[in-house]
Amino acid sequence: MKCDYCDRKATVFLTQLAEGQMKKICLCESCAKERGVTDPTGFSMAEALLGNFQKAVAGAVPAPSAVKPMGSGKSCPQCGFSMEDFQKVRRFGCASCYKVFASELAPMLRGMHKGATHLGKVPEGLIESHFRIQRIEELQAKLDQAIASESYEEAAELRDEIRKLDETGVEK
Amino acid sequence: MMRFSTLLKHPADWMIATDEANSAVITSRIRLARNLRNYPFPGWVKKSERAAILDIIRPAVEDLPPMKDAFSRELSELSSMQKQVLVERHLISREHAARTDGSGAVIERRQSFSIMLNEEDHLRMQSIRPGLRLTEAYEALNDLDSQLEEKLDYAFDPQLGYLTTCPTNLGTGMRASAMLHLPALVLSDQIGQVLQAVNKIGLAVRGLYGEGTESLGNLYQISNQSTLGEREDAIISRLERVISQVASHEQNARQKLMEDDPDMVSDKIGRAYGVLRHAYLIDSKEALNHLSLLRLGGNLGFFPKETVTVCDSLLMDIQQAHLQLHAGMKLSPEHRDAIRAEILRSRLQSLDSPINFSSKHKTLLPDEGNNLD
Repeated sequence: MKCDYCDRKATVFLTQLAEGQMKKICLCESCAKERGVTDPTGFSMAEALLGNFQKAVAGAVPAPSAVKPMGSGKSCPQCGFSMEDFQKVRRFGCASCYKVFASELAPMLRGMHKGATHLGKVPEGLIESHFRIQRIEELQAKLDQAIASESYEEAAELRDEIRKLDETGVEK
Repeated sequence: MMRFSTLLKHPADWMIATDEANSAVITSRIRLARNLRNYPFPGWVKKSERAAILDIIRPAVEDLPPMKDAFSRELSELSSMQKQVLVERHLISREHAARTDGSGAVIERRQSFSIMLNEEDHLRMQSIRPGLRLTEAYEALNDLDSQLEEKLDYAFDPQLGYLTTCPTNLGTGMRASAMLHLPALVLSDQIGQVLQAVNKIGLAVRGLYGEGTESLGNLYQISNQSTLGEREDAIISRLERVISQVASHEQNARQKLMEDDPDMVSDKIGRAYGVLRHAYLIDSKEALNHLSLLRLGGNLGFFPKETVTVCDSLLMDIQQAHLQLHAGMKLSPEHRDAIRAEILRSRLQSLDSPINFSSKHKTLLPDEGNNLD
């Protein structure tokens, strides 16, 4: 049997059960090593199985019918992490994941923490922009309300204020 | 470059401090989790990129003033025994000890600060202080963190705070904890109640050694669970309040035990002394439990005060990897028990018999001359 990645003989075989479906991945020794499959730490294993590797495999070989993309299929453009990965490791892939999966994260935070908004330390360099961004978010919420209640005059004012704050951010 | 043996030659600062007021609180610890904005978290990053991250954070950490002449290593440079010793000293985590290439540890000389590189997060920094000193530990660590943020581009979100690999650490990225020694609450069967109450107000409690509800050596750790939605000082002051309450419960329980049943207390402490002074084979469970009683004896005046710090150092020194380090080789379990007993006997050699507190029975003895005291 050939390696899913290159043309060498496959010697490492991974079988995984996910959502009741069996997935098989065949690797030659050097590809397995390169992807950390032989690494005993679980994380790189997850990476090999679920991360970039899955995409690579999907592209490299015609996908057999059993290999279907799992779940919503949304993945982080920065690091390729998906919510299915999160289900397995309960950890995220990179800082951008928090933006990408914000809506999935929000309900989880409720049971986890005292609140949903950070009140603690802010890095020195970000203090100004931190409060500017907070202000913009407040104004944006008001703007949405104003539009919903059709008070367009107020909405126009809010829009201008947000625009001004946005511009000061760009200058920085 | 600081050698491993140099690092461990001296006990950590926290082990040698005597703190009468907080005899129930052994140490306070603060841990902060930080990540770089533009790199995937350590568990998700490619191996080659993990090394690149290490090259960015390691010099920044080594440049911190307290880390001058620090012990700094990539984990692949350490043997598994050495890593295990660092775990037993609470300087790196058990999970971190399993890592090799692309991860590192930088440990300050006096072992008051240690920074794990590419643990679960890019940076896991900790400061440890003797007694109940969470605020002091936080302020010292916060200072290091502020110096690092000038050099490193931290992952921070206005809404979620410091972004961490695991969402349970979001916000402050701070875990504050204290290690408590609660023998009297255990002896008087109040421990369950107290710990349950602590748990109910949203703090995490666990036995330091042993599994499940069992705690060896009557050692417990209390820490915050929530890291988001509260300021650091609010989390710390709540924790300090609860910990000092638990500590004062322990003090009251000690006093009450001595008033109600001095014979029982004297008997337990005396037996612990006897076993530790004269055993030739002792497993870690037995040793931890007897050391706990010896430490209690030091607090209650059965032994000189210094006994407490001797016990705190021994708590580390009788653990598996420390024994192997001491012996300079891998040891079978039987051999470990022998060396453990040898260390205990030699370290407690000059410790005199406990002072007898059950004096009320002395008058009942038929011949005063037989009283060895």
